[in-house]
Amino acid sequence: MKTSNDCTNQNFLNYVKSISPKTKQRRSLIRAFWVGGVICMIGQTFRYLLEFGLGLSGDELSSYVSMIMIFLGALLTGLGVYDRIGKYAGGGSIVPITGFANSVVSPAMEFKTEGYIYGTAAKMFIVAGPIIVFGIASSVLVGILYFIGLRIF
Amino acid sequence: MRRTICFNNKPVIIGASSIAGPKESEGSIGKFIETTLNDDMYGEDTFEKAESKMLFTAIKKAVDNAHKKEDEIDAIIAGDLLNQIIASTFAARNFPSAYLGIYNACATFAESLTIGAMLIDGKYMNNVVCSASSHFSSAERQYRYPLELGCTRPPQAQWTVTGAGSTVIGAKGSGPKITSATIGKVVDYGVVDANNMGAAMAPAAADTLITHFRESNCAPCDYDLIVTGDLGTLGSRILKDLSWEKGYDIEKQHVDCGELIYNLCESEYQGGSGAGCSAVVFNSYLMERLRENKLKKIAFMATGALLSSVSSQQGDSIPGIAHLVVVES
Amino acid sequence: MVFEIFLTYLKVFVVGGAICTIAQLFINYTKITAGKILVYFLLAGVLLQAVGLYQYLVDFAGAGATVPICGFGYLLADGAIKGAKIGLFEAITGGTTAAAMGITAAIIFGYIFALIFKSKSKRN
Repeated sequence: MKTSNDCTNQNFLNYVKSISPKTKQRRSLIRAFWVGGVICMIGQTFRYLLEFGLGLSGDELSSYVSMIMIFLGALLTGLGVYDRIGKYAGGGSIVPITGFANSVVSPAMEFKTEGYIYGTAAKMFIVAGPIIVFGIASSVLVGILYFIGLRIF
Repeated sequence: MRRTICFNNKPVIIGASSIAGPKESEGSIGKFIETTLNDDMYGEDTFEKAESKMLFTAIKKAVDNAHKKEDEIDAIIAGDLLNQIIASTFAARNFPSAYLGIYNACATFAESLTIGAMLIDGKYMNNVVCSASSHFSSAERQYRYPLELGCTRPPQAQWTVTGAGSTVIGAKGSGPKITSATIGKVVDYGVVDANNMGAAMAPAAADTLITHFRESNCAPCDYDLIVTGDLGTLGSRILKDLSWEKGYDIEKQHVDCGELIYNLCESEYQGGSGAGCSAVVFNSYLMERLRENKLKKIAFMATGALLSSVSSQQGDSIPGIAHLVVVES
Repeated sequence: MVFEIFLTYLKVFVVGGAICTIAQLFINYTKITAGKILVYFLLAGVLLQAVGLYQYLVDFAGAGATVPICGFGYLLADGAIKGAKIGLFEAITGGTTAAAMGITAAIIFGYIFALIFKSKSKRN
């Protein structure tokens, strides 16, 4: 039986590549830059507010800032605004933590029609799940390596 | 081996109806669409139900337009893009007729016309309904990402048409006639980019088209129009190049439903796609022109990219298919 | 003071923008999807903090380095490293503890907003 590799017609693929429209490189990079920068500046504003207003610092401060940013990302997703921003900015709105919130809320909303347990709750992490899995797994690895390293050296 | 069928008894298209969502209704063929929706939820609470209701409406109105009663329809042949073609099945639940559910991705409508014409030509049945539908929001969720996920669309992407089209074919009556059909085969050139379906389908379209010309001894100039389903701008260019390579110049006759359905200012993308794309254009604009006798003979070829989200996740390439139906006024 | 704040904002903008631009470069030049980019950037943050580099970026640019997803990776790695100094248990749970707020917020807000809002169709 043929596999997908047997079907590959390299001449055709090269030809397709040569006539496919290209992403507008410079425009997309500029958009990603300024939107990403502005989202980080909003984060910095909350940092200042919490730092000088409530006197938070260190891990507590950055955790609360993350929380606020995730809240905003989730809210904008719910209002149907974040996908518009994402279309405009590409990487500029995917990479900030608000993009993480967007990737949690959007499938949760989408699959609500399949129920609150198997729809919303189960499908919540179809996009963002890998981030949690790799994040926690890699942090455990780093922790154990440091633990061994600190005891030996 | 022969893939072209001639229908000696000339099945007649006695009724047609189309329905489309707001974006399509504002497009260049919007004024030919029978039912235009302001809201693509169509009063339902899920996109899947809305798609099913659109298909139901298209079938019902096509039967009315053919001046038939529901129990005069022997069979409904329908398909869509959803898993296990639920939109068609749930729409067919409302009719007393026999039901054949088919799937050939975006080529579904041409496939249903072919099967319908065979049933009539073989004198097995007197009236059949052929239809297909697709819905942007239900397809997006199934093949790509959740709607609200903020991701960019690459420039070679297409836009799934929200709409459904339905055609009633009968043994007797007046109207455009289906004279022959060429059934496509699965062609795979190894395209893996699920956003570039035009490139995946164009080789299949070229194969079917050239087979049709060879087996029925005709040339592109015998047709007023050669209509492809949803190749989009990029796929259309590839089709023209591929058939030109084999000695057939279709530049003058070729038109693509995907390019036709949306306004050109939206050319940021490649045009429409989806099973509903060719079904809507065929049952609105093309049908109107055939009835007015402005088009005398057209080759209608819907193309389909036979991928699933599972196969593309597993890294498989995208096979394409195209079925061709010749309609004469 | 005003000048300092202005300078910080400038740094935040440039560093945050630069990180997002790198992501956009990946999107433009490779076929990597958005979900994978998030994972790679997260792992990059973990790795950079594991070798002790990301801390400098955080000290330099504040939110410009912590708001992008690699800042989340930084938080995880930083928690694990701090935990490792105390004991094995803390080394294993440290990362998750540090990221607990982010994950909890995502789940709680995600669920609440999914209950309130509905996916809307779009036209372009």
